[in-house]
Amino acid sequence: MTTQTKPLSRPIRVLVAKPGLDGHDRGAKVVAAALRDAGMEVIYTGLHQTPEMIATAAIQEDVDVVGLSILSGAHMTLFPRVRKLLDEAGRQDLLVTGGGIIPAEDAEALRGQGIGKLFGPGTPLADLIDYINQWAAEHLEQ
Amino acid sequence: MTPGNGKPGTMSPATTAELEALRREVAAWRAAYGKLPLREGNFTSISGRSVEPVYTPVDLVDTLGGTELPGNFPFTRGVHPTMYRGKLWTMRQFAGFGTAHDTNARYKFLLERGQTGLSVAFDFPTLMGYDSDHPRSEGEVGKCGVAISSLADMETLFDGIPLDQVSTSMTINGPAAMLWCFYVAAAEKQGVDIRQLQGTVQNDMLKEYQAQHAWIYPVEDALKIIVDMFEWGSTHTPKWNTISISGYHIREAGATATQELAFTLANGFSYIEHGVARGLPVDSFAPRLSFFWDVHNDFFEEIAKMRAARRIWARRLKEKYGATDERSWKMRFHCQTAGVSLTAQQPMNNVVRVAYQALAAVLGGTQSLHTNALDETLALPTEESVRVALRTQQILAYETGVPNVADPLGGSWYVEALTDTMEREAEGLFAEIDAHGGVVAAIEKGWFQRQIASSASRFQDEMDSGTRAVVGVNAFVEEEPDRPLEILKIGEEADRTQRERLGRLRNERNQAAVERALDELGRAGREGRNVIPAMLDCARSYCTLYEIRYALEKVYGAYREPVFF
Repeated sequence: MTTQTKPLSRPIRVLVAKPGLDGHDRGAKVVAAALRDAGMEVIYTGLHQTPEMIATAAIQEDVDVVGLSILSGAHMTLFPRVRKLLDEAGRQDLLVTGGGIIPAEDAEALRGQGIGKLFGPGTPLADLIDYINQWAAEHLEQ
Repeated sequence: MTPGNGKPGTMSPATTAELEALRREVAAWRAAYGKLPLREGNFTSISGRSVEPVYTPVDLVDTLGGTELPGNFPFTRGVHPTMYRGKLWTMRQFAGFGTAHDTNARYKFLLERGQTGLSVAFDFPTLMGYDSDHPRSEGEVGKCGVAISSLADMETLFDGIPLDQVSTSMTINGPAAMLWCFYVAAAEKQGVDIRQLQGTVQNDMLKEYQAQHAWIYPVEDALKIIVDMFEWGSTHTPKWNTISISGYHIREAGATATQELAFTLANGFSYIEHGVARGLPVDSFAPRLSFFWDVHNDFFEEIAKMRAARRIWARRLKEKYGATDERSWKMRFHCQTAGVSLTAQQPMNNVVRVAYQALAAVLGGTQSLHTNALDETLALPTEESVRVALRTQQILAYETGVPNVADPLGGSWYVEALTDTMEREAEGLFAEIDAHGGVVAAIEKGWFQRQIASSASRFQDEMDSGTRAVVGVNAFVEEEPDRPLEILKIGEEADRTQRERLGRLRNERNQAAVERALDELGRAGREGRNVIPAMLDCARSYCTLYEIRYALEKVYGAYREPVFF
């Protein structure tokens, strides 16, 4: 049920990252596999990454999208930090999105800080695939 | 297989001829049943197991299923003859947030309301062995649990709670030995005889590498410290459970019920083998091994899982590992309702899920139970939501009559057959693990991790395609958004308070004693001695958690995760 958009001439590149100290990688791995199955090129960082490690990996791997999975409550620190590091490196063009246990009002506040849509528990995988495809259709060179 | 009551045949519900007749009758019934219309529905268990429309004695391996008695080997029906008439399960709500001072107040709140044991939830920095003021801790201090960076914090955590009068469970793994030393040292400071300490440290590293991922050192070094704890604990803290071998996190990470059962038991056997390899007599430490199961939504599957677990453990301990002390054969366990089954949508429904899961845990014969609060998929629970969770257990204990009879589902053809089936399936997985070179080798190859991730993906596919109904998520969805719940907010105060406290501690303690204690710990590690006595001295000298972690990291190095998805 993915949205029909003009196809990119290349696959969308996504970095799925686990910042912070929590070890809950069930969601990150399920999402990484689903994005790959949807035709994207996916890199998964593994656990316990610092924002610096994630920003560096995103730039080196030349991804379009960074998806952060945070279930530790540290989202208000970690999302803005990754965003800031990317911005400072001149990569305002990258989408920073993600999911986890993130209260709605925090997700709203983060949207105001340049973070994309955040997905909570119970999200169908198609929703986030659609979201990334839609973003790519609007933002990436066709 | 022979029944456990030692009197085969005397209580047999069916002779061979009667069984044959029944088998023919069931076959005829199945043929007729096959022609009947059925509603649209998923008639498999949540783990994907196909379930028969009805069960009879022909489905049992042992036609005497249910005639074994509770408290008798192999303990399918429970580890005590009296079960909940002797003692109700311990109602143990996992709690911790903010600073030790904040959490101390929550513990007193719970104890005053009839909770019977404590269970410490640590924050992520503590779970990973970082001090609150370490750069890696930023943003995480006190968020998902309580921040404990030294003995001083542990003293505050239990201020006014006499440690010889409560039993405490501590969910801590990578730095389990450090936090346990803080606890023992805090008890010493209270003037309590440490031989009287009761409780559990989770300390199950094998499932950390497989599922939960709060690791520090490489696998074999982590196992060495665990065996040090078995050894030291068996003489110094004889009532303390030095490990809680946990299926919970394996299940939450995506495993099926059978995978949870088999992987956890395989880990248990591995701990036994490591202890025996050290030269410890099996009966010197096996009685202090406890277990921890997830209780998910599939009611009968969960009950059968716990019954099968007790039976497999008892038989292996007796027959394979030669344990002769009955306490070594008895699998005692804690249960927690499945966090992963809670939904953010229509969160009030979670109260009902938790109640069914709690009932399954009690019908499965648990010794202790944590019931999740309805808001735990959104944040840490509020006092109000925790109270409902605790009351759920109290209603079960005092109003339903369920605890009056031991193993009330024993003898149910379905539950007995499912118990047999899960036992057989677990045996199949043990053989597979052996074929991969055992638990440690299979971890290092990423085998467990892949098995678990693949089950998680299967479940997600079933949910996304609608073949697995989740009420409020993909079935019976409300158009209107849910009224927002009031949720617990953890600010940055804990971070500030902890930084100040640690700063003061570092200034005020005897630095020479700190350095001496850390040096001695490093020496004990390098020389391969039991590290617990030196670590306890570190705790007493107010070394911080990270200082202790680092002293041994210099000896052992750090674990490297095999990354894949």
